[in-house]
Amino acid sequence: MEVTMNINGEEVTRDIEPRTLLVHHLRDNLRLTGTHWGCDTSNCGTCVVWVDEEPVKSCTTLAAMAGGHDVRTVEGMETDGVLDPVQEGFIQCHGLQCGFCTPGMMMTARALLDRNPDPTEAEIREAISGQICRCTGYATIVRSIQWAAKKEQETPVEVSAS
Amino acid sequence: MQVPAPFEYERATSVDHAIALMERLGSEARVVAGGHSLLPMMKLRLANPEYLIDINDLSAELEYIRIEGGEVRIGALTRHRHLLESDDLAAVLPIFRDAEKVIADPVVRNRGSLGGSLCQADPSEDLTAVCDAVGASCVIRNKDGDRVVSMHDFHRGPYETAVADGEMLTEVRIPIKPGSSSAYHKVERRAGDWAVASAGAAVTMDGDIIADGRVGLCAVGPNLTNVEPISAALRGQTPSEELYALVGQIAADNANPSTDTRGTAAYKTHLAKELTIRSLRKAVARATGQD
Repeated sequence: MEVTMNINGEEVTRDIEPRTLLVHHLRDNLRLTGTHWGCDTSNCGTCVVWVDEEPVKSCTTLAAMAGGHDVRTVEGMETDGVLDPVQEGFIQCHGLQCGFCTPGMMMTARALLDRNPDPTEAEIREAISGQICRCTGYATIVRSIQWAAKKEQETPVEVSAS
Repeated sequence: MQVPAPFEYERATSVDHAIALMERLGSEARVVAGGHSLLPMMKLRLANPEYLIDINDLSAELEYIRIEGGEVRIGALTRHRHLLESDDLAAVLPIFRDAEKVIADPVVRNRGSLGGSLCQADPSEDLTAVCDAVGASCVIRNKDGDRVVSMHDFHRGPYETAVADGEMLTEVRIPIKPGSSSAYHKVERRAGDWAVASAGAAVTMDGDIIADGRVGLCAVGPNLTNVEPISAALRGQTPSEELYALVGQIAADNANPSTDTRGTAAYKTHLAKELTIRSLRKAVARATGQD
């Protein structure tokens, strides 16, 4: 079946099997390998992308279901070479060790800050509670998100261009 | 790589369209909403539909929480996130917020729906016990129109519901009674997991007396979404710790859990008792303005 979706601002059409999962469509058909493929059971959250500005687990979403919708992946976070404050925060605060969970963590963090620019630590931990960092680097991930929130409050930026 | 077996995919443009498709395609067709129960089942070949009918475009018809005329009406496609975030719903039926806080995780809650959870009818699924405790009824639509069944009759057992081929759940209705409140308690191993055990309670007070009380259990055995002996024990009684302990024991006596990776049968039975007590205590406190 032919499926068209807007990915990071670009209309993309492909002929795919209906059973194709969104994560495989992004990685294998479109070579957007920033989105990682982990547990395959919607537990680990490394495959999180946005569909219409909401984080979803792309291993448990059919590509066909995203047809006609706006999809944003980690590749769509930076704008003209300028990193999103969340990405910067992960650099500044050592928010990654092996980096496997990072794309999902950052997509969820971006969505959190768009809805709640000044989250408490508990709210951050709740927001990423569906995501697993197997390096157990949660403390620095939380700090990275707090760093981004602080930066955005100090220097208001245009967030979530979508 | 876990991928579903091949199927054909069609998007419904209206509820009537979805029903016409199911009518034509018969038992090989399944409705998909969030897909967070069905797609994992398809990956494991526990479900093998030949046709998937995607109803995600039907928000206008199926995604709503309306509170009017002494009743709450919730569309089947209403997402967990909206059930959690609705202040209006929490004001009249706080059990929903209690439960939704601990159903899956925030990202899954963006997609998963009330109707999907009820129709999946997983024995560890929370919302069936929630809906039965509050005396919900379910609106099932087919080509001839709507029929309404009580939540108790809707849930036939693990993975079985009253929804037949060519039918779909469209709405859940819950009466709002004066002097009522509700609560839910769940124990899980980690954030987002299925319950080790959980209990939901709803009470209607007549002054200091419990006029009506219901308790539903989940993950501790089949057909416990409303433990009827508990309702009999609560009716006409004055709330007290002794009463809660008595009713907790009835919950434990009716529980029939299995030992598995989430815990031993003895532990789950203990939880059935303790969570029943906590939910009832909380529901009564809320109903009497002491919370």
